[in-house]
Amino acid sequence: MIEESTPVGPADPTSGDIVTTTPDPAFAGRSYPAGPVHTVSAAKIIEFAHATGANSPLHSDPEAARSAGHAGVVAPPTFLVSLAQATEAQYIEDPAAGIDFRRVVHGEETFTLHRPVVAGDRLVPILTVEAVRAAGGHSMITTRVDLADEAGGDVASVRSMLVVRGA
Amino acid sequence: MPPTTPSPVDLANLVIGQELARTRHEITRDTLVRYAGASGDFNPIHYNDTVATDAGLPGVIAHGMLTMGTAVTGLLDAIVDPTAVRAYTTRFTNPIPVPATGAVILEVSAVVATIDEAARTARVDLTAEVDGTKVLGRARATIALPAVDPSESQPGNGAA
Repeated sequence: MIEESTPVGPADPTSGDIVTTTPDPAFAGRSYPAGPVHTVSAAKIIEFAHATGANSPLHSDPEAARSAGHAGVVAPPTFLVSLAQATEAQYIEDPAAGIDFRRVVHGEETFTLHRPVVAGDRLVPILTVEAVRAAGGHSMITTRVDLADEAGGDVASVRSMLVVRGA
Repeated sequence: MPPTTPSPVDLANLVIGQELARTRHEITRDTLVRYAGASGDFNPIHYNDTVATDAGLPGVIAHGMLTMGTAVTGLLDAIVDPTAVRAYTTRFTNPIPVPATGAVILEVSAVVATIDEAARTARVDLTAEVDGTKVLGRARATIALPAVDPSESQPGNGAA
């Protein structure tokens, strides 16, 4: 039974079709609990560097990295995207957020690196939804994942803007 | 066709407008599959033509993050130490369709845009194109510059 207070969406709620949703602006400003701790993998750094054509031996040779003063192989500048996207999933995949992932297009990406990220780093991610805006029939959602070490020191920040195309 | 190898640049003496790298990168379906595995991004629009066309795309497209990650590698080679990159940002302006066979060529140039002497950083603007179409917008990397050596900036005053 459909109650009279049921919000009316663009689709007929009695049709049985998937009801098209739009991102809920009430999520803007929301922060999520820190964690879980992520240990940066040497194998994943090497694989990522190979996949993007980052050829410095600092990315693939532990000895070269140690000779340059690093505790392990060094992550390329965009390596943290995987951890950032896994962290963003808390929000993106929350049904209450109203994000239809089939309509999502990547709009912008920004990495801020406070120090090199190396294999063996234990990073604590914190997700914040910075903005949810409507623009020209689309929605633009901006998330930020701040990454710190276990002592609380800033390591990096990854900001993503996704465009959710209108129905 | 391997990417061209730029010469290392002297980071202590950059000038605005200086081209630090100009590179060409082959992108094939193989590249996309490798990046999917490396990054964990298994969205099927990056390997399945049916899913891609159903989503309104011309066909399988490259991961935007693959393009972003690849576009900076010429600059990384030029500055030698990749940890000098302190920030990297871009907009994704046009998708790159990647055919089932054959390759598309991503052409990238990296040019010094601004130098912040106080912060000892430089902003390097990247231009990334496929067949003359820009695929990244406002792609910018901030790189750290070596500290100024007083004995070099003030010749004659270096000796005790």
